[in-house]
Amino acid sequence: MPPQRTARLPALGHETQRPDGPSRSARALRARLVAVALVLVSLALITVYFRESSGGALHDAQRIGLSILRPFEVAGERVSRPFRDAWGWASDLVDAKDENEKLHGQVEALRQELIQSRTAAQENDELRRLLQYRDGPRFPDDYVGVATRVIARPPSAFRQEVVIASGSNDGVSAYDPVVTEDGLVGLVTEVAPNAAKVTLLTDQQSAVSAVVLQSGAVGIVRHGPSSSTLVLDRVDKDKLVAVGDTVITSGWRVGELQSVFPYNIPVGTVTAVGQNDVDLYKRIQVTPLVDFESLGALVVLVKRPAPGQG
Amino acid sequence: MIAVDIVKAGALLLVAAVLEVSLVSSFEIGEAHPELVLVLLVSLALLRGPVVGALAGFWAGLVLDTASLGTLGLTSLLLTIAGYWCGRFGDATTRSSANPVLVAVLLATVGIGAGSALLHFMLGETLPVSDFVVGVLLPSLALNLLLSYPVYGLARRLFPPDASQRRGMEVGALG
Repeated sequence: MPPQRTARLPALGHETQRPDGPSRSARALRARLVAVALVLVSLALITVYFRESSGGALHDAQRIGLSILRPFEVAGERVSRPFRDAWGWASDLVDAKDENEKLHGQVEALRQELIQSRTAAQENDELRRLLQYRDGPRFPDDYVGVATRVIARPPSAFRQEVVIASGSNDGVSAYDPVVTEDGLVGLVTEVAPNAAKVTLLTDQQSAVSAVVLQSGAVGIVRHGPSSSTLVLDRVDKDKLVAVGDTVITSGWRVGELQSVFPYNIPVGTVTAVGQNDVDLYKRIQVTPLVDFESLGALVVLVKRPAPGQG
Repeated sequence: MIAVDIVKAGALLLVAAVLEVSLVSSFEIGEAHPELVLVLLVSLALLRGPVVGALAGFWAGLVLDTASLGTLGLTSLLLTIAGYWCGRFGDATTRSSANPVLVAVLLATVGIGAGSALLHFMLGETLPVSDFVVGVLLPSLALNLLLSYPVYGLARRLFPPDASQRRGMEVGALG
């Protein structure tokens, strides 16, 4: 039998005919239907989530979901701590590159030990300072401090929020202020049994009534032009405010109503003051006392129950 | 087969989402950090098509919103569209090459960034455009592109192209 030289071409031609043409269009239609259905479900979720109260079914389901994920997040946070320290450690080393090259061999051997001991020391230091703050005279009366840690930072540039490892089971409730020994951090805005969301002072939605310690000028602290600055708004132009003045929470009370923030929590330091004839108020820039980029240990201020309320 | 893929992809994305909120988001450059879930989703969608892409995107969004107590459905909406589109993109290009992953990650990062900015703008949360582009979008893009090859390689090991896809690749290459 002579060799069949054209045998491969028909075979390849048969393959390239794509006999499953109609099924491909059916698959494409199915994919489109699935995508449209999921988009509609997402839109429905967003709508219901915004319309329902914070005690609604979706919020409850989300809290249950977070409770399930929380152990994994805590584990992830603990695992990441040495890596975060290593990241910071590596950043510091950029400035000391020459010296580092000479000591490279020695550093390699000591690196793991160093990271572990730094992590432990840093954590101890943070917790010790928090304890000192909680037991010290600056801690506000009528409040109990719940010490906690940041376990997650939502990946969004639009919102300045963190998730902490304490929730309603620890006595934390919505609108509890959150502080460090340096000053005000923000406000609890969402609570699950074992975790809570804290909206930071630098978030666009945050606003705190505050007073300048030296002059008594009262205003409202809001987010500033960048994520690391704040502005003290609504300060009358006749009030005296100087660079270097300290801004603290005003903790106002009108009858039964009172601010969610207690009086005398440090907020920041005045770094610029300006005014012009057109504006009604002074323009005051405030640098927060808290370093929002490296939040670790925090204290939630939980209001003590009034006598007779149990 | 698709059910097994979906379960595997769901578990993988769950781990990636937990890692993203608790670990990866700590490594910030500017205001940006590597978007592990997005790069993994793009890889899965390229390898398994638009149905798995859309379902995986929806699930990943739900997990991310739950883990960060964010607005439920917001991230799902964006990632569903991204997963579906990347699946279609994968169907239109050959799945035997790793090159489409760079293009898909680039377009998905820009698309998700723009979509996210639009949705947040509609919800009253804004960011100056220059801050967004320079501080968020460009660093995210660079970090995601760096992640794309290793993550796509891992995804290809876990989700190897099935027989029909391999046949399609061979025929495509020969034709």
